Amino acid sequence: MNTERLIQMANQIGGYFDADPDRVAARDGVAEHIVRFWEKRMRRQLYATLDVASGALLMPLVREALVEHRRRILGIRS
Amino acid sequence: MSLHSHHDRGTPARVLTQKSTQNVTLTIDGIPVSVPVGTSVMHAAAEAGIDIPKLCATEHLEAFGSCRLCVVQINDRRGFPASCTTLAEAGMQVTTESDALFRLRRGVMELYISDHPLDCLTCAANGNCELQDMAGRVGLREVRYAVGANHLTQPADVSNPYFAYDPAKCIVCSRCVRVCSDIQGTFALTTTERGFDSRIAAAGGADFLTSECVSCGACVAACPTAALMEKSVIEQGQPQRSVTTTCAYCGVGCSLNAELRGDKLIRMVPDPNGGANHGHACVKGRFAWGYATHADRITTPMIRQSIRAPWQPVSWEAAINHAAAEFKRLQGQYGAESIGSITSSRCSNEETYLVQKLTRAAFGVNNVDTCARVCHSPTGYGLKQTLGESAGTQDFDSVMQADVILVIGANPTDGHPVFGSRIKQRLRQGARLIVADPRAIDLVDTPHVRAAHHLQLLPGTNVALINALAHVVVSEGLIDEAFVSARCDAVSFAKWRAFIADPRHAPEASATVTGVPAAELRAAARLYATAGNGAIYYGLGVTEHSQGSTMVMGIANLAMATGNVGRPGVGVNPLRGQNNVQGSCDMGSFPHEFPGYRHVSDSATRALFESAWGVPLSDEPGLRIPNMFDAALAGSFKGLYVQGEDLAQSDPNTRHVTAALEALECLVVQDIFLNETAKFAHVFLPGASFLEKDGTFTNAERRISRVRRVMRPLATYADWEVTQMLANALGYPMRYTHPSEIMDEIARLTPTFHGVSYARLDALGSIQWPCNDVHPDGTPTMHVDEFVRGKGRFMLTEYVATEERVNRRFPLLLTTGRILSQYNVGAQTRRTANSVWHAEDILELHPLDAEDRGIRDGDWVGVHSRAGDTVLRAKISERMQPGVVYTTFHWPGSGANVVTTENSDWATNCPEYKVTAVQVMRVEQPSTWQKRYAEISKEQLALFKPETDHAPV
Ligand code: SF4
Ligand code: SF4
Ligand code: SF4
Ligand code: FES
Repeated sequence: MNTERLIQMANQIGGYFDADPDRVAARDGVAEHIVRFWEKRMRRQLYATLDVASGALLMPLVREALVEHRRRILGIRS
Repeated sequence: MSLHSHHDRGTPARVLTQKSTQNVTLTIDGIPVSVPVGTSVMHAAAEAGIDIPKLCATEHLEAFGSCRLCVVQINDRRGFPASCTTLAEAGMQVTTESDALFRLRRGVMELYISDHPLDCLTCAANGNCELQDMAGRVGLREVRYAVGANHLTQPADVSNPYFAYDPAKCIVCSRCVRVCSDIQGTFALTTTERGFDSRIAAAGGADFLTSECVSCGACVAACPTAALMEKSVIEQGQPQRSVTTTCAYCGVGCSLNAELRGDKLIRMVPDPNGGANHGHACVKGRFAWGYATHADRITTPMIRQSIRAPWQPVSWEAAINHAAAEFKRLQGQYGAESIGSITSSRCSNEETYLVQKLTRAAFGVNNVDTCARVCHSPTGYGLKQTLGESAGTQDFDSVMQADVILVIGANPTDGHPVFGSRIKQRLRQGARLIVADPRAIDLVDTPHVRAAHHLQLLPGTNVALINALAHVVVSEGLIDEAFVSARCDAVSFAKWRAFIADPRHAPEASATVTGVPAAELRAAARLYATAGNGAIYYGLGVTEHSQGSTMVMGIANLAMATGNVGRPGVGVNPLRGQNNVQGSCDMGSFPHEFPGYRHVSDSATRALFESAWGVPLSDEPGLRIPNMFDAALAGSFKGLYVQGEDLAQSDPNTRHVTAALEALECLVVQDIFLNETAKFAHVFLPGASFLEKDGTFTNAERRISRVRRVMRPLATYADWEVTQMLANALGYPMRYTHPSEIMDEIARLTPTFHGVSYARLDALGSIQWPCNDVHPDGTPTMHVDEFVRGKGRFMLTEYVATEERVNRRFPLLLTTGRILSQYNVGAQTRRTANSVWHAEDILELHPLDAEDRGIRDGDWVGVHSRAGDTVLRAKISERMQPGVVYTTFHWPGSGANVVTTENSDWATNCPEYKVTAVQVMRVEQPSTWQKRYAEISKEQLALFKPETDHAPV
């Protein structure tokens, strides 16, 4: 899928949760939203941007949320 | 006059309320009868089984007292009072029949008939005429007046496509005038002259068509004679039987009686017992049903190898087997997740339920979405987060107890006409109105209604506006502290209160963003918070934004903070676009939710469905519509089953959508017409109109109403049967014999539907869910003692400007909407006479913007955005604010969605239809897209040769 579009969508989600002064809650909010509403293909592709140049376009909050909640984002079952 | 209106009790029923708690007892012709205070003698008599003759009275209107046919005698009173205008009093003794009354009534009738054509045998109302009935009733035998001056030769007004006015048959009872003002609220009719010359006339034009009349048909239904009459009845005669069904157009969900002869539909009339509409309708539901038998209906299944190949008509079996084989091939070749489905908000609950069941159980994936994605998905998300249920909180009747009505981003008089009329009734009774809309919609200033405040904000700044309203509430001490502390979650409220109190949300600060003067906004906030019952109604102007979901939550915050949830007269009310938006969402059409809004990852729910459906189900959310398009373009999504939805016309950025559709290897379209999407399809499965099947629709107030079959399906099968055949061909057995069995399954598996069945619907007329052991008759008002989620949750709603911004290249904001006579993509209404009111989509712009560009009214103008170009005709309009232009998307060739972008709501991907930066300039020819569109349409038409014409029904 179009990576730019995924990044834009993820940043929009970040834009909503960024209002929360509680940073843990904000990160949880971003990750929870993506896990609950995004299909696995999209989540994996979004996660993959962390390692490539376009990932620099991710909002810091989104980036942190992806890293912190890696297993759920990637759909890895324990 | 509709069939079966003979039991009309003459004046409206009075009900016992808090204000009138008393009954009075009187005797009528010696029969004692007890009625609530305020009831007319005529109505009381009807309750006692006594029909008093009448002409100008009807129970749908307040009494007027003009015909004097209803005279009675009352002990201790002189003269002969009219029973329709005389109120029942305790101890009254009324006589309804006597020699004196007989003579009086016969005299009145004689006068009427002396100026009435005596062509009863050939009159369209013959057999269903109140004048005729009354002449018989009062024993009229002769007319003693010589033929003198009369109106018998006056020409009829046949300008309206659906009904005619014949002044010769008018008895000047003024029912039509009163229904147009009291019920419809248009005030289009007046009585001309006085005395003998008196007749009715439509104001504002030379005839009905050019007048202010909006063709709701209420006057026609109210007319006791053939003076106002449906043309279909004039042409085809009186109907013989009636079947109650539900309008398949907007989210008001009017109950309609289909009046038939045999299985030929003669007319549709509003059902006086309809819970949503109480006997009213609009031009769409009442008249625009002719599309159902239009020659463009496709009634034979078709397949083709590629979208450039000619269509081949085939048997149902061949089409279904081909589709099933293709879907299996794709899953084998590209993986299970490479296919999906789209359900339609125009289809029934049962049909929608089956499509999502087929997707989850037979395809084995959760890639199912619905067109609600592009309209009210933010409502589902936002109300679930805050209140705990993805639905509006009230019934429509609740508006009659509102003291202040806040309409945000909705245009009810066009989009939800019957409810629009209801709002106007309440406003004329004195409720106040606040409108938040970039345009001056009709409600802002219409006969006898004027908004107290019109907050004319810039498109895309809703959240800044709602935050400013909430800021005023918080900073001026207008919070309903008792409500909040009893009903809401304290932690989220404290956080929200601190957030919203910040000066950046003050009206003075946000005025630069929204364009709304701070003083006006403060006054509006105070009015909403302090007027008593505050009710919010909102539409797609709220949801179709990049912050659609944030705005829905902002609305819920405001309502909770002011204690305006949980009783009649208040609430948060989404006005749903299509007839079954609520239902399609309830039925589990979203890729992350099972029916009843339960997430696919919830293992208890999944286990329930797995055991009922007998297959393992995926716990991963599937693709949403825009994700399906992106995945198709990326090559990982290959097959799509679309029921009753026209993606190629209704979804934003048409070029992106059509490129995605072209990338599919198997597109199966099930529809009544070869729609725009079908131009990219490989299999076409003919659909059935709402007249051809049984089912249920759920309207904007959660009201489940029956759709009843009135004619046979033109293409043999109802849509649910087609989905069932496809499931069976895929190897997943479905064995329903009637939609009622599908509803039984829904009720078994969905707690909010536990008490719903066709038998209960037949008994109650309609049911508002939740319907279960606690609420066996349904739930008109939600969240009464506690919120569905327990405590109401306040959500933070920071304003984030959309990425779609104006600049030098694109200096104007385009916003889109709907008009009264056309519906959605227009596939149905364009195929009716409704097009006389709206034959093309036009671009409305403010005189200043027009002048800057040298544009005159009626010029062709090019509309350019970052996504594409189109050409529309310009209309210069003071309704617009400078800098904002507006159009509709009812006609495919106008390409409004070629211009709209893929920007979408952050939470739900609902497209941002309401904000597109554009430039507008005069042009001489259609856009490149329009030329290409015309070519493709021609090509596709050539690939389709109708085999046989279906027999007209
Ligand atoms: S047109 Fe019909 S309803 Fe209107 S005044 Fe004449 S008779 Fe009455
Ligand atoms: S059709 Fe409706 S709007 Fe038109 S005159 Fe009759 S009542 Fe009024
Ligand atoms: S208001 Fe809506 S539901 Fe009612 S008749 Fe009109 S289109 Fe149909
Ligand atoms: S019915 Fe009472 S005056 Fe006409």
